[in-house]
Amino acid sequence: MSGFFTLVGRDLRLAVRQGGALGTALGFYLVVVAMLPLGLGADLKLLSRIAPGILWIALLLSALLSLGRVFESDYEDGSLDVLTTGPLPLELVTAAKALAHWISTSVPLALLAPVLGILLNLELVAYPALVATMIIGTPAVSFLGAIGAALTLTARRGGLLIALLVLPLYVPTLIFGIAAISAMLGPDDVAPPLLILTAISLGAIVLGPLAAAAALRTQMQ
Amino acid sequence: MQTFTQRLANPTQFMRLSARLLPWVAGLAAAIIAYGLYLAFFVAPPDYLQGEIARIMFVHVPSAWIAMAGYALIAVSAFGLFVFRHPLADVSAKAAAPIGAAFTFLALFTGSLWGKPAWGTYWVWDARLTSVLILFFLYLGLIALRSSIDDETLASKLTAILALVGIVMLPIIKFSVDWGNTLHQPSSVLKLSGPTIHSSILTPLLVIGAGFLVLFVAMHLKAMRNEILRRRVKALQLAEVARAASQVVAPAE
Repeated sequence: MSGFFTLVGRDLRLAVRQGGALGTALGFYLVVVAMLPLGLGADLKLLSRIAPGILWIALLLSALLSLGRVFESDYEDGSLDVLTTGPLPLELVTAAKALAHWISTSVPLALLAPVLGILLNLELVAYPALVATMIIGTPAVSFLGAIGAALTLTARRGGLLIALLVLPLYVPTLIFGIAAISAMLGPDDVAPPLLILTAISLGAIVLGPLAAAAALRTQMQ
Repeated sequence: MQTFTQRLANPTQFMRLSARLLPWVAGLAAAIIAYGLYLAFFVAPPDYLQGEIARIMFVHVPSAWIAMAGYALIAVSAFGLFVFRHPLADVSAKAAAPIGAAFTFLALFTGSLWGKPAWGTYWVWDARLTSVLILFFLYLGLIALRSSIDDETLASKLTAILALVGIVMLPIIKFSVDWGNTLHQPSSVLKLSGPTIHSSILTPLLVIGAGFLVLFVAMHLKAMRNEILRRRVKALQLAEVARAASQVVAPAE
């Protein structure tokens, strides 16, 4: 397991020291959220009602934007060949990289969401719910996204392709993420959507590395 | 003793068998669909609420069935490619994707036409419509992934992985989309307590469903034959290029 954590640490250090990637994702998140009121009209009531949905969808798009880099840079400089032939099972390699993506991209995006909530006139009571559902739901985003990143590694125009492959898989996370927020704000019981959201994330943590490793193995031969 | 599927692993055997079967299957599909349409238009009564417009159901419902069956076939083919390394599994998966996508589109299109008079709008974000739309996206993803990878062996394996991920995710997507309330009527044919529609409508529906299934088989067989022929042409072209290249080199020796 030490190899696993070494790999996570390496990816996190690379993300911090190379810079750029996280800033770009956060900047993209900010710009998308800022564009929407311009398109939808500045009606504060409307904005506060649809704010959770906007923040969730923009988060999915921003995370998607950075997914292409999960395996790409390692593929280009040859480290992926070393990792493929190394002692660590490829399933754990993909899990480590997806985990590093979650920590380095999804969590910062989730933490930025309340700040953007101010722009959308989101009620203050909703902030803990928003961040909580995002933290719980985003492992699915990173781990299912790793499948898309692995599948499109050697494909032409991979960046656009990832969106088409992965966004339909995010539908359950999106639906239950929004359902959990509205349950926390409304009279409904919050436990069912939150538990299902957790289950989807846990399922994605199993499915994602397996499928991504199979895809990488096929391409690295 | 070879099993049937093992014998089919030889593309020559498959081509011979499918050439003999195809006219019969296609003819059978045409006959069943013609009979089903006769039942649908002349035997089934018009709906007491919606009148004649409800007859669009006889295209809409079977299309949706075939749309789901098509994705299941792709997933089974993907499984066959990975587990049994069956040489025709990939041909089958590749051939089924556009046909399944076409039936999915047909289900969405006819549903939209039916929705306008019945619900007053072409499109609603109802659970069943949404999950069929997402099924359509999954089909598009399969086609797009395959078309953007040049190496065919690689493309077939990666598409198979995507198809298997899709079949795992589909029930979850379906469940999550069903979470909200639904405007669409629940399934009235597949129920434990038996179908809740009258036999004068159920019979034509099932007949056309069977006709669409046979039609799908016919189109799938034809598409598989085309794909095998396309691969043979490609192999011949490559052999031709190699031969020409060796002739250019030969005089220098």
